[in-house]
Amino acid sequence: MTPADIRDEILDILSEIAPDEDLSGLEDEKNFREQMELDSMDFLDIVMELRKRHRVQIPEDEYTNLASMASTVAYLEPKMREIVRA
Amino acid sequence: MSTDHYDTIIIGAGMSGLAAGIRLALYDQRVCVLERHYTIGGLNSFYRMNGRNYDVGLHAMTNYTEKGAKKGPLARLLKQLRFRWEDFQLAPQAGSAVAFPGVTLNFNNDIDLLRAEIASKFPSQIDRFEQLLNQLLEYDDLKQEDFDISTRKVLGEIFTEPLLIEMLLCPLMWYGNARESDMDYGQFCIMFRSIFLEGFARPFRGVRLILKNLVRRFRELGGQLFLRSGVERIEVEGNTAVAVVLENGKTLTAKRILSSAGVVETMRMCDDRSIVEVERAGELTFIESISVLDCQPKDTGFDKTIVFFNDSPAFSWKQPTDELCDIRTGVLCSPNNYLYSAGEGELDAGFIRQTTIAHFGRWSQLDDREYTRQKMRWYDQSTASAVRFIPDFRRHVIDTDIFTPKTIRRFTSHDNGAVYGAPQKRLDGTTHLSNLFLCGTDQGFVGIVGAIVSGISMANQHCLRTEL
Repeated sequence: MTPADIRDEILDILSEIAPDEDLSGLEDEKNFREQMELDSMDFLDIVMELRKRHRVQIPEDEYTNLASMASTVAYLEPKMREIVRA
Repeated sequence: MSTDHYDTIIIGAGMSGLAAGIRLALYDQRVCVLERHYTIGGLNSFYRMNGRNYDVGLHAMTNYTEKGAKKGPLARLLKQLRFRWEDFQLAPQAGSAVAFPGVTLNFNNDIDLLRAEIASKFPSQIDRFEQLLNQLLEYDDLKQEDFDISTRKVLGEIFTEPLLIEMLLCPLMWYGNARESDMDYGQFCIMFRSIFLEGFARPFRGVRLILKNLVRRFRELGGQLFLRSGVERIEVEGNTAVAVVLENGKTLTAKRILSSAGVVETMRMCDDRSIVEVERAGELTFIESISVLDCQPKDTGFDKTIVFFNDSPAFSWKQPTDELCDIRTGVLCSPNNYLYSAGEGELDAGFIRQTTIAHFGRWSQLDDREYTRQKMRWYDQSTASAVRFIPDFRRHVIDTDIFTPKTIRRFTSHDNGAVYGAPQKRLDGTTHLSNLFLCGTDQGFVGIVGAIVSGISMANQHCLRTEL
């Protein structure tokens, strides 16, 4: 997947996990938690969705990479490069 | 004898077990829920009698927040289980009260009402009340050592009016204290938010709506529910549970087990425990007296959702010392007195429910005839006690149902018919085995929302994270 695809996929996951949040104005460089009401359970779900949809494994000590859209995409790009978006 | 293998086996199809099941099925685990009883719900179940629907257990769902709220346990559980706020059809309470001799504090889902009541009835304490609110908002962590501090000590340092302390403790103990007399400060904070800062609500169709939603979601996601499937034992090798043997002889295996049956009850199932731990099961339990009226409760003058009463200035929270019940305190509730939407109509009838502290041991020792007689006697006593605090509704009663600690034990298999679980909670949900975990009232949270959050948290922590 390209970074743009990865970004779309993360938005898709966020819309499932946090359906009440308005994602349209999301700023990539800002932390998710500053823009939305996300707690640690929601972050677990982002990780679980990535695993379920794409078999991407993210160790718990690397969760901090998921702080913002920009950091998430950068972190996932090498892991998801080979995946073809459905 | 067949053997089936699962990623996780969940024991108990109550609120916590079903919620845990949903989380695991959502992430494609092969999961089953085993329930001994012929129906779901556990401590928060439902039944039908003489053409009417009844709820067991709590009178209200606590932690009510409105649609669109982003914070709080209700919002969190809806997200985690992928429900919409509308799916639970929650109607807020009309308003409740704490009634002691000579003074009543009204409260509802807006904290400002309680503030105004305290300002008016305990004017010297209102600033101290604000101080308590600030302190509560700062309490976030559930580390075991902070959890256990004495609430009576904390409140004694804030307030100078003992009666106010007793009146604040009364509903919070009734709705969530497994300990006698005093309360863990952590639990106090949780209950204060649940009841005073958030509040009460109820679906028109009662607890059955919530449970049916949970079961439907669980099954849709591929989870399997087995009723009439009590666990006889958990087979252990070393520090690992290796199999679950049912009362019907079937054997199941799983990577891990999550049990909502209670800590002592679960330990008893493990075949490596020849002596059950000295850990006490909870002992606080009740009788529940349900009166069906020939009119709406508000037509008798009872328009409150819940009234917590106590007939002296000091609130006593412990098992009855000599009798079957202790009628000095009680909870009166009408499921009719919620702000249901106009189109929903009326409940099957007018209902007033009374909850009275009871002694499991003494109730269990009665022979059948005495048991029936005592149910009637304590219905009469509880009602006589109650009508000192609410209008006398007795001439409107057309039917009654009474259930006792024995009934609770029979249908939930919880030792002592305990309603709040063990006094010492297992906040981390672990046991002596590496793959056996606990959720439900003995893990930490009570009530509908508490139990659901417990199931979700323990499933997340012990059954999902470990796969990553």
